[in-house]
Amino acid sequence: MNNLMHYKWRKTKNIIMASLCFISAIVAIVPLFIILFYTISQGISSINWAFFTQMPKPAGETGGGMANALAGTGILILIASCFGLPIGIFSGLYLSENEGSIYAKSIKFLVEVLNGVPSIVIGVFAYVVFVIPMKHFSAIAGGFALGILMMPLITGTTLEMISLIPHSYREAALGLGIPRWKTTLFVIFPAALKGILTGILLSIARVAGETAPLLFTALGNRFWSTQLDQPIASLTVFIYDYSKAPFDDWNRQAWAAALVLIVLIMIINIIFRFVTREKYA
Amino acid sequence: MQIINLIKRKIFKQQAGIISVEAPAASFSIKNLLGGKNVGDLVFQNVLRFFASILLLIVVLMVIQMVNQSMPSIKQFGWNFIKNNTWDPVKEEYSAWPFIFGTLYSSLLALLIALPLSLGVSIFLSEFAPRWLEKIVSLLVELLAAVPSIVYGLFGIFVLAPWLRTTIEPALGNKFGFLPLFTGPPYGLGMFAAVIILVVMILPIITSISRDVMKAIPVTQREAAYALGATKWEVVKIILGGAKSGIVGATLLGLGRAVGETMAVTMVIGNTPQISYSLFEPGHTMASVIANEFSEATSTLHVSSLIEISLLLFIITVILNAAARLIVWGVTKKYKGRK
Repeated sequence: MNNLMHYKWRKTKNIIMASLCFISAIVAIVPLFIILFYTISQGISSINWAFFTQMPKPAGETGGGMANALAGTGILILIASCFGLPIGIFSGLYLSENEGSIYAKSIKFLVEVLNGVPSIVIGVFAYVVFVIPMKHFSAIAGGFALGILMMPLITGTTLEMISLIPHSYREAALGLGIPRWKTTLFVIFPAALKGILTGILLSIARVAGETAPLLFTALGNRFWSTQLDQPIASLTVFIYDYSKAPFDDWNRQAWAAALVLIVLIMIINIIFRFVTREKYA
Repeated sequence: MQIINLIKRKIFKQQAGIISVEAPAASFSIKNLLGGKNVGDLVFQNVLRFFASILLLIVVLMVIQMVNQSMPSIKQFGWNFIKNNTWDPVKEEYSAWPFIFGTLYSSLLALLIALPLSLGVSIFLSEFAPRWLEKIVSLLVELLAAVPSIVYGLFGIFVLAPWLRTTIEPALGNKFGFLPLFTGPPYGLGMFAAVIILVVMILPIITSISRDVMKAIPVTQREAAYALGATKWEVVKIILGGAKSGIVGATLLGLGRAVGETMAVTMVIGNTPQISYSLFEPGHTMASVIANEFSEATSTLHVSSLIEISLLLFIITVILNAAARLIVWGVTKKYKGRK
């Protein structure tokens, strides 16, 4: 009888724990839907053509848009890519070419650690390197900060995507007498290119959502500016400023900008998911 | 793996051999100087190494520059910078303890809630869920990680904080007001909101890493346990035992994320440099004080103190991440090839 009780207790415990795990899975994904729901319901009403094409209106007036912030984010991403892409991709190639060497291993470790450094600290670094010598905030400082944030992400995806290419590719190419560098550059790299490109897109999505490193590097700008040595507006700082403002219309615009940002990021993430899955699963 | 490497090396040697056979007379050629290696290979390898070294250089430069810039504050305050409680830009007195406290308090509380929750999710994903459900839930958790922190902050200001102020905090204050955690008037913006947001933000990272670690444990262990008549939960306990150190690593990474989180926390924590254990009170963190005051700081000492705080933040996160990576690497290496 005692044995049967014990057996039942074990079964019950199993069911209890399984349902607890199930509940925590639900608790974990509910915030996503709540946030999406609020962003869409609060933001959708302010989204119209003017919002994308007009400049911000003076404080207190309703209407206006965020054209300068969109352009600013684009420019910042371009600058960041100039820093981040070559260093990220080539470092990734280096790591995949030299898996055994101690130097490569320590660089890999460094990349992982750099990935965990808070973006605000990177922002402080960009401030020290660019803003202090130039004596004013500038687009280039913001782009530099975002570029450093991109590097570990791109190095990581490049390494991962190349490691997914079967070894037989490399062996076949080397077997034909092709030098190693040509093998890497013209056989392995193109084969991994699709994955690497979506990885780049993903890292762009990630830095496009960064605010903290821009606060005291690119600063923000209420006017149209494409000059690299001047402060520049960005989507995220736009959201931050407008969320603190005491005007309802500005708060609504902050939600709208957040909606634009989140839709972009979700789309890129889902694309990444499908591209990487269909090819290598 | 080893065999493939061996073949690779052999192919490489053969190839180098062929080249040197083809050009035996060119004793002064570059190829000979390089010991028979392909010139292209050598150039390519060095170009790659150059770019990889830039990464190293950036990190080194980062440390040097930040130490350099925080020198005025280090000289002025010394160790008192960490110990004292005053942060007063008017009197030019700076010390970081309220911020360090706020960072640790909010992160550890968030971790306390997020850890069991994400363990539950990762157990569900790796052991209980059917494959199709696992895919969907993993995707959703990943999307949760992709939401920018400014959007969390926006949500925190306009939705979470008012809700806490009008509903949750008064109720908690009435029922559990005797606990030091729930004392004081309900502001809405404060430690409570920050902790909730942090939980949501670090949950995905802990979940995805612990799930990977659990999945890396060989199927044979599960099969052995089932063969002895274990229930599913008992199998999970065995898996958890094997994944222990990986989960510790995931926890450290989550903690690192929470410690460095800036925007969402800045927007909801209330930004008051004080030490209070009550969840209802506003606080301040290291990251949030940098975000708040950096662009407006004018005096050298103020800027330098803020840079010293970011240096501290850098050191803390580097230690957390390095430890976590070492642990996670160790675990996955242990089980690799045993599957």
